[in-house]
Amino acid sequence: MFQNIGEVIILFWRTLAALPLAWRQRRKVFDQIFEIGNGSLLMVCILALFIGGVLALQTGPVLVERGLSFVLGGMVGISICKELAPVMMAILIAGRSGSAMSAEIGSMSVYEEIDALRTMNIDPVSYLVLPRMLAIAVALPALVTLAIPVGWFGGALVSASNQRIAVSYDAYLQNLRQVVEWGDVANGVFKSFVFALAIGIISCHQGLITRGGPRGIGRSVTKAVVNSIVMILILDYFLTRFLIYVQK
Amino acid sequence: MNADPKTCPNVCVEVRDLRKSFNGEEVLKGVSLRVEPGVIFVIMGPSGSGKSVLLKHMAGLIKPDSGQILFQGESMETPDIRNKFRMAMVFQSGALLGSLTVGENVGLYLSEHQLKPPDEIARIVAEKLEAVGLAGEENRMPNDLSGGMQKRVAIARALVVDPQLILFDEPTSELDPLMAFTVGQEILKLKQRSQATAIVVTHDRNLAFGIADGMAMIADGQILFAGAPEEMRRSPDARVQEFIHKELPPLRRNGGA
Repeated sequence: MFQNIGEVIILFWRTLAALPLAWRQRRKVFDQIFEIGNGSLLMVCILALFIGGVLALQTGPVLVERGLSFVLGGMVGISICKELAPVMMAILIAGRSGSAMSAEIGSMSVYEEIDALRTMNIDPVSYLVLPRMLAIAVALPALVTLAIPVGWFGGALVSASNQRIAVSYDAYLQNLRQVVEWGDVANGVFKSFVFALAIGIISCHQGLITRGGPRGIGRSVTKAVVNSIVMILILDYFLTRFLIYVQK
Repeated sequence: MNADPKTCPNVCVEVRDLRKSFNGEEVLKGVSLRVEPGVIFVIMGPSGSGKSVLLKHMAGLIKPDSGQILFQGESMETPDIRNKFRMAMVFQSGALLGSLTVGENVGLYLSEHQLKPPDEIARIVAEKLEAVGLAGEENRMPNDLSGGMQKRVAIARALVVDPQLILFDEPTSELDPLMAFTVGQEILKLKQRSQATAIVVTHDRNLAFGIADGMAMIADGQILFAGAPEEMRRSPDARVQEFIHKELPPLRRNGGA
C-alpha cells in the first residue's frame, strides 16, 4: 500500500512537471472534457435533483414539527453546496469516468500500447495522464456548479409539493438567499476540484500498473473506483476542517 | 565511432552479461552478444526462453538487474540516449493505439514530437503505408484490420521514425503462412530501403533462415549459439540441432503416430 501511495505521489509530481506540454494536448483535453462533462450531464442533474428532494423530505417534517420550517431553504442550500453536491458528484464521476480512465489506460498497458509509446519516446504521462487530469479538474467543478442549483431546486420542489412540509418556493428561496453566500458555493467547487485531482491520479495510476489481461483490467477498475471513493471521503473531512479554519 | 550518431543509418548493438530475474526466477542468465550495424539479426529460441525479455531490454522497456546494453559503444543508461539514436519496435500484437486511426497511428511519432506540419505528416504516412502495401487505409480503425494488416501498419509506424535500429518481437506469430511470408518480405525490403540494423525475435524457423544475416539461439536464459545462419546449421550443440532440425510427426486422430 505504501509503495502505491509513493507511486501515486510521483505520478502526480510528473503530471505537474508535464503541465507546460498541456497546450500541445489541448485536443485530447477537450475530447476528455466533453466525454466526462457531457456524458455525465443527465446523471448529474438526476442525482442532484433527488439528493435535494430527499434532503428536504427527511429534514422538512422534523423542522416543521418544531416550528423551524423557515430555516429549511438555508439548511438544504448549505448542505447541498458545501457537502452533498461535491461529494456525491465526485463519487458519481469516480464510478463513471474514473473507471473508464483506468480501464482504457489499463487495456493499453496490457496490450503493449504504452510500451509502444515509450519506444517512440512519447511520455505516457504527458500523452495519457495529463489530458485526463486537466479534463477532470475542469469537468467535475463545472458539474458541481451545475448540480448545486439543481439540488436546491429539488429541495424547493419537495418542500412546496409535500403536504407535511408545505414550505412555499418564496419562503424556501428567501431563507436560502439569506443563509447561503457565494463563499459557500466556492467552498464546494474548491472541494470538487481537489476530489477531481484525486480521482484522476488514482485512476490513471491504476491503469498504468495494470498487468495480466482482462482479469487484471477488471481488478484495476475496481481498485480505481474503491480507492477513489475512500480518498474522496478522507479528503472531505480534512478539506472541511481546512476550509472551516480558513473561513474563520 | 561516428562523430554524429544521428546521421549514421544504423547502429551496432552490444549486450554484455545481461541478467534479469522476475519474482526470484532468473530469466536472463548473463546474456552477451554483438549485433553488427546494418544486419538482420535473428534471435531464436523456444517459448519462455527469455528472447522477448532480451528484446524489451534492448528497447529500454525493462531495466536489467546487471549487465549492459551498448549502442555504438554508448550505454543505454546514458541520459538522452533515446534522443541520440532512433529506434523503433514492432510488437508481437502490433500494439497499435486502438483509439487512433491507422493514419494517426503511423504519424504518431511525427505529430507528438511536432517534427513536421500536418500536411507533410499526411504525405509521409501515405508514403509509408504504400510501402507496406496498405495505400489508402489511413482512415480505418486498427480493430477493422486483419492481424497481418495490423503488423504491416506497425511496420509502417516503425518506418516513420526512420530508425537506425528496428526491433521485431515475433513478427509472424498469429499469422497464416502466406501472411507470415509477406511480413518476412517486408523485413527484407526494410533492410534494402533503410539500411537499419534489425533484430528479430522469433521461433519461426522458416522466417529466421529466410531473412537472417546473423543468428543467435537462446534457451533457459542463456545464449547457446551466436553466428552466421550456416554456422548455426552446423552447430554441435544438441539443443540447437534439436530446435532447428527436429521434424514433428503429423498429428493423427486417436493419438496414433
